[in-house]
Amino acid sequence: MDASAFAPWEDPQAQPLIRFKNVTKSFGTFTAIDDLSLDIFEKEFFALLGPSGCGKTTMMRMLAGFETPTSGVIELAGQDIAPVPPNQRAVNMMFQSYALFPHLSIWDNIAFGLKRDKMPKLDLQERVEAMLKLTRLEQFARRKPHQISGGQRQRVALARSLAKAPKLLLLDEPLGALDKKLRQDTQFELMDIQETTGTTFVIVTHDQEEAMTVASRVAVMDHGRIIQADTPDRIYESPNSVYVADFIGDVNIIQGQANPGEGDGYRLFWTEGQPPLIANSTKSFSAGQTCHLAIRPEKVTISAERPEDAANAVRGKVLDIAYLGNLSTYHVELPNGLVIKAQTANTRRISRRSFTWEDPVWLSWTATAGVLLAN
Amino acid sequence: MTRLSWFNVVSLTLGFAFLYLPMVILIIFSFNESKLVTVWAGFSTKWYGELLQNEAFLDAAWVTLRVAVFSSTIATVLGTMAAYVLVRGGRFFGRTLFSGMIYAPLVMPEVITGLSLLLLFIGIGLDRGIFTIVLAHTTFSMCYVSVVVSSRLVTFDRSLEEAALDLGCAPAEAFRLVTLPIIAPAVISGWLLAFTLSLDDLVIASFTSGPSSTTLPIKIFSSVRLGVSPEINALSTLMIAVVAVGVIIASLATKRAALQRRREEQLATQT
Ligand SMILES: Nc1ncnc2c1ncn2[C@@H]1O[C@H](COP(=O)(O)OP(=O)(O)OP(=O)(O)O)[C@@H](O)[C@H]1O
Ligand SMILES: [Mg+2]
Repeated sequence: MDASAFAPWEDPQAQPLIRFKNVTKSFGTFTAIDDLSLDIFEKEFFALLGPSGCGKTTMMRMLAGFETPTSGVIELAGQDIAPVPPNQRAVNMMFQSYALFPHLSIWDNIAFGLKRDKMPKLDLQERVEAMLKLTRLEQFARRKPHQISGGQRQRVALARSLAKAPKLLLLDEPLGALDKKLRQDTQFELMDIQETTGTTFVIVTHDQEEAMTVASRVAVMDHGRIIQADTPDRIYESPNSVYVADFIGDVNIIQGQANPGEGDGYRLFWTEGQPPLIANSTKSFSAGQTCHLAIRPEKVTISAERPEDAANAVRGKVLDIAYLGNLSTYHVELPNGLVIKAQTANTRRISRRSFTWEDPVWLSWTATAGVLLAN
Repeated sequence: MTRLSWFNVVSLTLGFAFLYLPMVILIIFSFNESKLVTVWAGFSTKWYGELLQNEAFLDAAWVTLRVAVFSSTIATVLGTMAAYVLVRGGRFFGRTLFSGMIYAPLVMPEVITGLSLLLLFIGIGLDRGIFTIVLAHTTFSMCYVSVVVSSRLVTFDRSLEEAALDLGCAPAEAFRLVTLPIIAPAVISGWLLAFTLSLDDLVIASFTSGPSSTTLPIKIFSSVRLGVSPEINALSTLMIAVVAVGVIIASLATKRAALQRRREEQLATQT
């Protein structure tokens, strides 16, 4: 799929499949979802990312019909879904707790929804077999849920929610209990299913790499609000806040006072006795405004000598080295005590690594490498 | 196996003697030749023969059985429904009052329950008979059922019902296909409890029974007042036998289910 072609969120004419309009959900005095507005479009693979307890499951439960918003409206294809009971919504949900029926075999669990639709017997069998095959559960079909492992249960739950091929599929941490290999395979399967069936997926995940891999857009949540909802690359390259930058991937944050220079260039005064850092920003800051430079470790170059033409270069000494196989992350302490992470690809053997602990080094980056953030 | 200390042996013996000695004596004397209950005159099964000739006892047994089956079945349905509403209904007006009131018959003296039912039946002009006993037994055993079932329902994972709804079940269908099969053991033990309560009951039945509908406990009680006959002993022995067989079958069934489960689990870990 051509990523640039599919971007209905850019199109002001596009009708969203799901629309949250100022939705608030309170449990007693606790506000789980706080005045949230969001559009999700048809055929999207939408990932919800956020710390535990930020309201991801609550959003899904409102879509599935198990919670009603305290205020605000949720629309599905332009219709307010509040009056529609859960069993009449073209929505299926995979529960975080799996919610497998303990008295039914794996086969019957998967067939459960299809039987409710009065699907003809042969079609039903075929469909269930296909789901078992997809989730690699064929040899467990006759077992009960308590007779299989946690990862297998998770796959049963996934298969059961996929079986009905709904218009909207809600997956609450669908792959958390799987090993890395199986998880990657299943991710690709999901993307495949999504492309062939055109189902809209909303997926909750704690694994940001997973969100980046599968999602057309990612929403980063905190305390019942959506902080940023954007494509994975924009979330990564141009986060709108320190929170988002910090939540997705590794990042260095350097705090300072901004001073507008020429064009969209800014000088950031970050510590006594050091030259200001140079950074470009599309957002504008007033003179002296406190702001943060967020810069990814892989955008920071580490070298023994001061690079000739670097826009920004600071001295430091190597504090720690984390060897990750294909990458190494150097933790470098600056004179003011700030620790900056720099990442390099390990193209050479480890014995020929250029730096070791306590080595004095230079860190450098370009003016466009980082983003300036107000908060 | 560890050897029991003399203290344990003594307390075990005393305990069992306390529980079972009266019954053992009753069983022994049911095989007594003599008509005198306290004098042993040799082994005989003649009282059992006489019992089978005794129309009044057989009628009473039949009445008791019918009352027990009907009342425990109705009580199970009503009690399960009540438990479901109390556990799942969320907050509704009068919930606390309702849940308090459903348990009241548990602590109410039977005499009061019986008397008030009698007054009610007379008040509405209902002729006393099997029907009124069934009503009365349903009333008092339903709360036992609802206690048993609701204790199971509170630990029931609600998301199972939600999953059923999500997959297209109407609420009633979700209850039938998911909730009921899972809570079935509690419902069955509720039924058994109601059944034995109804079988046992003397006080409430004697308030609510009519001339044509004497239950076995009433019959036994009234004949004992004329003097204990070996026939009564025989009848009681039969009742003990029925209960014992029931208990043994129930425990065998549980054991088999546990074995079955273990076998399945072993099978599961093998691949
Ligand atoms: N029925 C409820 N009653 C009261 N509070 C609730 C209820 N359901 C959820 N909450 C609260 O709402 C907040 C959001 O819950 P939610 O389950 O949506 O979190 P989450 O983002 O899915 O977290 P996790 O990643 O741990 O699954 C939590 O603080 C939770 O305690
Ligand atoms: Mg959750």
